Amino acid sequence: MLDIQKIRADFPILSQKVNGKPLVYFDNGATSQKPEVVIDAISKYYSEINANIHRGVHTLSQLATDAYEESRLKMQKHINAKFSHEVLFVAGTTHGINLVANGFASILKSGDEILVSALEHHSNIVPWQMLCEKTGAILKVIPMDQNGELIQSEFDKLLSDKTKIVTVNHISNALGTINPIKEMISKARKFGAAILIDGAQAVPHLIPDVQDLDCDFYVFSGHKICAPTGTGILYGKEAWLNKLPPYQGGGEMIKEVTFEKTTYAELPHKFEAGTPNISGGIVLGVAIDYMNEVGFDNIQQQEKLLLDYATEKLLEIEGLKIYGPQVSSGNKTSVVSFNIDGIHPYDIGTIIDKQGIAVRTGHHCAQPIMNFFEIPGTIRASFAFYNTIEEIDLMVTAIKKAQKMLS
Amino acid sequence: MNIQAIQEEIIDEFSMFDDWDERFQYVIDLGKSLPLIEEKYKTEDNIIKGCQSKVWLHADEKDGNLIFTADSDAIITKGIIAVLIRAFSNQKAKDILDAETTFIDQIGLKEQLSPTRANGLVSMIKQIKLYALGFEAKK
Repeated sequence: MLDIQKIRADFPILSQKVNGKPLVYFDNGATSQKPEVVIDAISKYYSEINANIHRGVHTLSQLATDAYEESRLKMQKHINAKFSHEVLFVAGTTHGINLVANGFASILKSGDEILVSALEHHSNIVPWQMLCEKTGAILKVIPMDQNGELIQSEFDKLLSDKTKIVTVNHISNALGTINPIKEMISKARKFGAAILIDGAQAVPHLIPDVQDLDCDFYVFSGHKICAPTGTGILYGKEAWLNKLPPYQGGGEMIKEVTFEKTTYAELPHKFEAGTPNISGGIVLGVAIDYMNEVGFDNIQQQEKLLLDYATEKLLEIEGLKIYGPQVSSGNKTSVVSFNIDGIHPYDIGTIIDKQGIAVRTGHHCAQPIMNFFEIPGTIRASFAFYNTIEEIDLMVTAIKKAQKMLS
Repeated sequence: MNIQAIQEEIIDEFSMFDDWDERFQYVIDLGKSLPLIEEKYKTEDNIIKGCQSKVWLHADEKDGNLIFTADSDAIITKGIIAVLIRAFSNQKAKDILDAETTFIDQIGLKEQLSPTRANGLVSMIKQIKLYALGFEAKK
């Protein structure tokens, strides 16, 4: 069992007051808070070893390069990638998906099909739509049911020899659905499609094993796992990364440049043009060390406790409806997406913010999901391992007050 | 009454409230009492889509003044619309163009006009000003 108060002491922001009330931070799906070790590591980098990497012969440059590459190795180990050059530093999930989608512009042909799921965040929809516009490929959607779970029999029907890319999130940001990606990957594999998994909402809760999953790409952001914004990892299988053309041209990604012809650097540098977010990349490694120290077993245990308790307490509120899988299905992470009969989610969000409760309201960058349920949006409380049962009680009290004011 | 005087009146009214909940309860009640926009004006053309809530805004002209009617799907947004309409509707286009909106800060609702709220209100004020600009240009 985690000592939550000890964990909370690691996060300076959590002891803050908002609108005169103790902060209850339930917007972890949007971004996680940062522990002191992470905040200190940023300062330490700039105080002690700041230099550009992979370039200078001087000592500082070597220290910065070593720290950056050490972080890559940590991330490789964390997700169990076969090679470290399969682990690319990116600015975040959106950047990673765009990198892959752009690469496929020279590979796809008119009439090829891309399968996305009905549960995707806009950042795993729009880059593929842009790719379709460029190539004449067709976007097809794996539908979901009323529980917010993908309909596997429909997925089976959509798969064909025309399917070139399948792109699905590991966990839905809006509903918390855990998708059966291992089965889906294995099915798509039979048709030779490339498979990308958007792991942005998964990595805060579990450790993906990319070799076991056998996906071609797995992408996630650092800021949801206690690291700074502007960090992330795109894992790609070596063969695919060799096949895809570079995304951006510039320094770092070249082997030789003349005005006649430029040859590209080896992996991973081929995809890492320009001076990267060096401190961010280094600190991502610090953040993942911190998460592993807390332990993902402990994280899951605490989050399950919070999810069960929140679900039970919220459902006691009259007229409250939760969207997404039943907790008992086991296919749900620590996210509760809900509405209250006759009240707009924005109004609830505004009134509970006044009481110090931070939740997300709106369409969560997943408008197709909201359209499916015919709602303008939901209120989403997303819990992290540093949240407590007492905080859920505060949220429930705040919601009841809001309901009273708004009815 | 001119816009300035109305704004001062509104500031006066809100100064009676000590707590945020009284202030918001008043906004919510205003939202409930806002005369609805005529259904025929709730069109795609008149919609201002925020990320969070939608706003419909319609402008008419009467005796040289601009008349605004509006609605929203969220009640707090609607309440603030009521405040804005009270300040800007039935006024001369030129006066609307010259008017400030800082009175919203003074009544403790500043964050409601922040772009991060994405509730459509910032765009609504822009739209009110655009209507006034268009009306002035036509003269």
